[in-house]
Amino acid sequence: MITKEAIMSNGAPSETFTLNLGPQHPATHGVLRVKMTMDGEYIVRAEPVCGYIHRMQEKMGENRTYAQFLPNTSRIDYLSAMTYTHGFVGAVERALKLQVPPRAEYIRVITSEMNRISSHLVWWGAFLLDLGGFTPLLYAFDDREKILDLLESITGSRLTYSYFRIGGVYNDVDDQFLKGTREFVAHMRPRLKMYRSLVTDNIILRKRLIDIGPISSEMCRKYGATGPVIRGSGVPYDVRRVEPYSVYSEFDFVIPTFQETDSMARYLVRMEEIVQSLRIIEQALDKLPAGPVMAEKVPRVLKLPAGDYCYATEAARGRFAVRIVSDGKEIPYRVKLRTPSLSNLSLFEEASAGMLLPDALALMGSLDLVIPDIDR
Amino acid sequence: MKNSLKEIATGFNSLITGMRITIGQFFKPTVTVQYPHESLKMPDRFRGHIELVRDPETGKALCFACKLCERACPSDCITVEGAKLDGAKKKSVTQYVLDFTKCSLCGSCVEACRDGAIRYSHAYNLASTKKEDYVMDLFKRLEDERLAAEARGEIIPTPAPVVAQASPPASSAGIAPAAAAPVAQTAPPTAEAPKVDQPKPVTPVQPN
Amino acid sequence: MQALQHLISSGWPEPLRLILFLVGILAFVGLNAAYLVWVERKGAARFQRRPGPTEVGYAGLLQPIADAAKLMSKQLIVPAGVDATLFRVAPLLMMSPALMSLAVIPWSQNLAARSVNVGLLMVFAFGSINVMAVMLGGWSSRNKYAIISAARVVSQNVAYEIPMLLVVITMIMVTGTMNLSEIVTQQAGAFWHWNFFRVWVNPLMPVTFLIFFICMLAETNRAPFDMAEAESELVAGAYTEYSGMGFGVFFMAEYANILLGCALATVLFLGGWQSPVGSLLGNPQGVLGNLLGIFWFFVKMYFLVFSVVWIRWTFPRTQFYGLLNLSWKILIPVSLVTLLLSSVMIKLFHQ
Repeated sequence: MITKEAIMSNGAPSETFTLNLGPQHPATHGVLRVKMTMDGEYIVRAEPVCGYIHRMQEKMGENRTYAQFLPNTSRIDYLSAMTYTHGFVGAVERALKLQVPPRAEYIRVITSEMNRISSHLVWWGAFLLDLGGFTPLLYAFDDREKILDLLESITGSRLTYSYFRIGGVYNDVDDQFLKGTREFVAHMRPRLKMYRSLVTDNIILRKRLIDIGPISSEMCRKYGATGPVIRGSGVPYDVRRVEPYSVYSEFDFVIPTFQETDSMARYLVRMEEIVQSLRIIEQALDKLPAGPVMAEKVPRVLKLPAGDYCYATEAARGRFAVRIVSDGKEIPYRVKLRTPSLSNLSLFEEASAGMLLPDALALMGSLDLVIPDIDR
Repeated sequence: MKNSLKEIATGFNSLITGMRITIGQFFKPTVTVQYPHESLKMPDRFRGHIELVRDPETGKALCFACKLCERACPSDCITVEGAKLDGAKKKSVTQYVLDFTKCSLCGSCVEACRDGAIRYSHAYNLASTKKEDYVMDLFKRLEDERLAAEARGEIIPTPAPVVAQASPPASSAGIAPAAAAPVAQTAPPTAEAPKVDQPKPVTPVQPN
Repeated sequence: MQALQHLISSGWPEPLRLILFLVGILAFVGLNAAYLVWVERKGAARFQRRPGPTEVGYAGLLQPIADAAKLMSKQLIVPAGVDATLFRVAPLLMMSPALMSLAVIPWSQNLAARSVNVGLLMVFAFGSINVMAVMLGGWSSRNKYAIISAARVVSQNVAYEIPMLLVVITMIMVTGTMNLSEIVTQQAGAFWHWNFFRVWVNPLMPVTFLIFFICMLAETNRAPFDMAEAESELVAGAYTEYSGMGFGVFFMAEYANILLGCALATVLFLGGWQSPVGSLLGNPQGVLGNLLGIFWFFVKMYFLVFSVVWIRWTFPRTQFYGLLNLSWKILIPVSLVTLLLSSVMIKLFHQ
C-alpha cells in the first residue's frame, strides 16, 4: 500500500504523470496553479505556482499618499476587507500618535466582526461546493445578504468598503443599523444550529474531513501559518489576544482551539469563530459610547515621521500585518503587507505529499485561501 | 462491532436529518429578487458615481473648481475646469469630467470636497455598449437635468451661462464672455481625455 | 377506442405491436430525459430557495427544448489522437441498455413490450454494459482527467453491482419468479400486499429496499456517489472531451438509467402498477384499467425520482474509499444476511 511515509522515504516512484490543476479550475478559489506529480491517484508532489493575479499593491503603496492608498487595502483580500483597512489605518495612526475616539473604535470592531462572519460564510459555502454539496452555499449567501445590506446602509458599499479613515470612520452609524444588527444576531444563532445538523453532523462530511490533512503545530510554526490553520492544530494564537489592538481587550470572548490538527478541526474552528464574533458584536452594541467618530486634530497633510511602523490585525484568514517605512514625506517609502494566505499556502506542498487528490483538495479548501491575498 | 453498528445508526440518522432540513427549505418562499422584473431600493448612503450638487437659490453648481477632489483621487478619474465670471469672487465650474472606467468608488473625492459640491448618486444599473458613455461630463448632466426639469414645468433658477475657455490654467484669471452664448456651453469631453492619462503631481489631500 | 382495446390485448400482428411499443418507449425515454432535466433544475432551485428556470416558456418548461437545440447545434468535435470508433460509440453504448431494459418492464396490466420469463436477469445483464460504456468513453478521450474518472467508475460500479445482485436474488427467492409482470401481479391488493411490507418472508425487507436504492444511486453515478464526474475536481470527468450531442446523449443516458432504476424499484418493491387502495376504485379492465395502472406506476416511480434529486442536492460527495468501504464492508454483509434470513424463513415457513 502506498503511504505517505513510503513516498517520502523512497523518493518518487518511477511512473508518475503530471496533472496540472490549472489557473482556471473550479476548485482553486481564484487563479492558482498547482502542478501535481501523481502516481495514480496519489500525489507525489504538489507545487503551487502563484502570481497570476499579482496587482502590485505594494508598488502602488510607494506611489500614492496615505489617504490615496486606502481603497487599495480593501481590495487585497476582498472578503474580509474591513480588517485589512484596519491594519493600514492603524499603522498610520500609530505613527502619528492619533487618538481615535472610542465610538469609532467600537464601530470598527462591530463592522470588522460582521465582515469576519461574512467571510466565514463564504468560506463555508465554497468549501462545501468543493466537496460536492451544492445547497449550503446558497443558504450561506442568504445570511450573508443580511450582513451586506446592513453594511451597505452605513458605508455605501457591499464588498470593498473603504469605510475606515485615518482618525476614525467615515460616517456615523444610525439607529436603524443598530436595530438591524441586533436582529441579525438573533437570526443567525438558529441558522448556525441548522448548519450544524445539516452539514457538520453529516456522516458523509465527517468521513470526508476527519483525519484528513493533518498539519502539526511544528509545521505551522515552520511556515508561519496563522489563523484557523494554527488554531486547528492546538496553538491558541490569535492576534486579538496576543497583541491586542483597538478595543478587543474589553470584550469577553473565547479563542476556539482544537487539538486534532485535521481538516475537521479547522472547519470547527471557523464555525466556532462565527459564534464568538456574534458574542463580540452583542457586547460591542451594548457598550457603544456616544461621541464623535473622527479624531479632532488630523493633520491636513499626512507626513509620517521617518521610521518603521507596524500594525497587526486578525483577519478572517490569519494574521495580517502592515509595515510602513516612512522617510518623512507624504508618500511612504515602503508599504509591506504581510498576508496570511501566502503563509498558509506554503505548507500545502509538504502537507499534501502522499495524499489522494480529493483529500488534497479538501485540505486546500480547509486552508481558506483567497488568491489575491497571496499575490497581492 | 457494536461501535460500528452505532456509527451506522448515527450516520444514517444524520442523513435523514439533513434530508428533513432540505425538504423544509423546499417549501419556503424563494429569496431571489427577479431583476429586471423587480428591483431593490437603494439605501440612502449608497455609493453610486458622483454627481454635482446644485445650489437651490441661484441654480448654479456649488462647485467652484478648487480641484481638491482631483488631487484626492487615487485613480486620476476627475478633471475639473473652472473660470471666473465677471465680477465674481470665486470661480465657477465649466467642466467636470469623471472617467468612470477608472473610478473605484472609494469616496475620497466626496470626502475631500469641503463645500459639499459633489455627492453620491443612486445610479446602479448602468449598462451600455459604448465606452464613451462612461466618461461622464457631470456639469453637462447638471444642465441636462435643469432642462428636463423646465420641460416638466418646474422652475429652477437659471444661472448666468459660463463659456469654457479652450485651456485656461486654473490660476489665471480667465475672463469668460457671458454674452449671448447658448445654453449648452461645455466643451466636448473628448477634448479633455488626453489630460486624464497624464501622470499628475501627487499632492497630499487631507480627508476631514 | 375499439382498436386500442384490440391492440393492447395483443390481437394485432406481433411486429406491428412491437414497433409501436418501441416507438413508445423511445418517445417516453426521450421526453423523460429532457424533462427530468427540468425537474432536476427546478428541484435544485427550490431546495436552494431560488426560482430556477423561469424565462423560457411558462415556469421554464421550454428550457429543456432550448438546451436540446443548443446541444444539437454544436459541432461534434472529435479531438485528434482519440480512438475514433470508441469515442463515437461510447455514448450510444451507454444509452442502449436503458432502452432495451425498459422493454420488459410492465407499465400496466397489458402493457409490457415483452413479458420475458427471465426479465430480471435480462435487465441486469444489460446493466453491466454501462460500466463498459463509461470506461470506453474515458479511455478513448486521451485526457488524463477522463482516464482517472473512468478508472474510478469501473471500480465503483463493479463494487456496487454485487450488493444489488444479492438483493435481487433475495427478491427472486421471495417472489419465486424472474418474470417482472408476474412479480407485479403477485402484489395485488392494497398497499400492504406490496413486497416492501412482506416481512413475514423477509424480515429485513425495508433494509433490502434501502440497499437496492443506494446501489441504484451508485450504479447511475449519482450524488452522493458521483466521484466519476466530480465537477470541482475533474472538470467533467469521463465526459470532458465530448461536445454537443455526444455529451447530450451521455446526459440523457444518465437520466434514462435513473428512470430504469426507479422503475425497477417500483416493480420489485412498491407494487408496480397496482393501486395502493386495492379494489376501492373498482377493478376496471380494458383501456381505463390500463390507464389507471400507468397512473399509479408513474406516481410511485416519479416519487422515487424526486427522492433521487432530493438526495443529490442535500449531501456532499463521499470520499472514494468511503464509497468502496460502504459497498464492500457494509452493504455486502448486510445483503448476505438478508439473503440468508429470507432463505431460512422460506424453508421453514413457506414450503
